[in-house]
Amino acid sequence: MREIWDSIISYFENNTDAYLTMLSQHVSISLRVLSMSIFIGCFFGILCVRFSRHQKWIIGTFQVLRIVPSLAVLVLSIRFLGIGMGPAITALTFLAVPPILMNTVAGLEKVPVFMLETAKGMGMTPLQVWLRVRLPLAFPLILAGIKTAMVEIVASATIASLIGAGGLGQIIFQGISVRRTELLLIGGISVALLSLISVFLLDLLDRFFQRYKRI
Amino acid sequence: MENPAVAIEYQNVVKRFKGAACNAVNGVSLSINEGEFITILGSSGCGKTTLLKMTNRLLDPDEGNIILFGENVRDVNEVLVRRRIGYAIQQVGLFPHMTIAANIATIPKLLKWDKERINARVRELTELVGLDPGEFLTRYPAQLSGGQQQRIGLARALAADPKIMLLDEPFGAIDAINRLNLQDELKRIHNSFTGGVKKTFLFVTHDISEALKLGTRVIVMNEGKVCQFDTPENIVKNPADGFVKSLIHTLRRDGPAHEVRK
Ligand SMILES: Nc1ncnc2c1ncn2[C@@H]1O[C@H](COP(=O)(O)OP(=O)(O)OP(=O)(O)O)[C@@H](O)[C@H]1O
Ligand SMILES: [Mg+2]
Repeated sequence: MREIWDSIISYFENNTDAYLTMLSQHVSISLRVLSMSIFIGCFFGILCVRFSRHQKWIIGTFQVLRIVPSLAVLVLSIRFLGIGMGPAITALTFLAVPPILMNTVAGLEKVPVFMLETAKGMGMTPLQVWLRVRLPLAFPLILAGIKTAMVEIVASATIASLIGAGGLGQIIFQGISVRRTELLLIGGISVALLSLISVFLLDLLDRFFQRYKRI
Repeated sequence: MENPAVAIEYQNVVKRFKGAACNAVNGVSLSINEGEFITILGSSGCGKTTLLKMTNRLLDPDEGNIILFGENVRDVNEVLVRRRIGYAIQQVGLFPHMTIAANIATIPKLLKWDKERINARVRELTELVGLDPGEFLTRYPAQLSGGQQQRIGLARALAADPKIMLLDEPFGAIDAINRLNLQDELKRIHNSFTGGVKKTFLFVTHDISEALKLGTRVIVMNEGKVCQFDTPENIVKNPADGFVKSLIHTLRRDGPAHEVRK
């Protein structure tokens, strides 16, 4: 035990820069994937509700894309997109869109019809009903979807290092190949902490936007 | 005295929903004067809500015309029509993510009033519906009782000083005492007109004594048609048909001495 602790300390002493680079790569991949998937998830979510005839196939398509294991998506993306940051972001986005999409649809559909009808009856234009009433009321559920996606993204970004995108995964895979437990621990715990921190931040955001519910 | 202007005119209005066996509103023709307080009575599903929703174009009639102050609603932009008409419903529909002040200010904001005018109006209306602005304006709807929410719903509908108010069972879920208070306040609001003319109220209710007490005239509807449109006094004295008679009969049986608006 003492030994592992010592080697962890010595890793940080000797590899501070490398560690920080990998950490920032990991954060940067995660944030880019997150923003892409929020954009795509919300966009298609709104489409699904606005044009409900198309809801089934849009949701179906994204669900099927999610069933494919993340590793397979990543490896396949090497074939079609090459290696590096770009392909990793694309592949991870496919994994992160479904929870956001599903929650956007659920949140928008949960807004009671009478609420939308009073908004309209008061003289809001259709766009105003969406922006001032429907989207704000759906937001807590959309944020819950974003949280789920975020946890998935931070974890899956680990394997993105396999296709040359960098990130904390590098430490873990190095630890596997040279059989050094301390590397596995450093990588694993870092990813876990990152995940916790991101959930904590999103919780804060959630509390801020839902203050009208906590009275 | 000169004749009051005609505020709302229904000309042979018919509404048919897809897949329904009969028309929800079936040939309604009525003429309502400016400043009247019209109450609408009728059994569940007889088309009261449908009639109101056609008035502010939440629904469009399949046949016939609705004329507001000489203008066919079909010819006016639907958003503009709605901003000129107050609308309050039983479920109230206050926006839960906005404060009470923001809820009341909804239409004035859409109309781009300046801030001071909006603030003054919001306070004025809160007092008008009998609530203390200092206490309530910064709260959220979830922090209000059902009755207080209904008052705010009323204030919100009155915000832009509409000439016509459509009230669809606005006192739906409310206890008897609060209901009596609100009835008196509504009467007072109707009388406390601003700008020289009284507002025209269309008020749907299931409570017969409420309809007779508040209405200057009462519409009794059954199965999409108007059975009788008359003063409360005449409705009680000379019911036009069996349906109206049975309605009045339930009142005699259940109710204590009832009050009739004269
Ligand atoms: N969107 C709709 N689609 C199909 N039918 C409808 C729709 N809205 C109302 N109806 C039907 O039209 C008829 C009139 O409904 P409406 O809501 O106007 O009744 P109401 O008089 O307001 O009843 P209540 O007193 O219960 O509120 C009913 O038979 C109802 O089932
Ligand atoms: Mg109704």
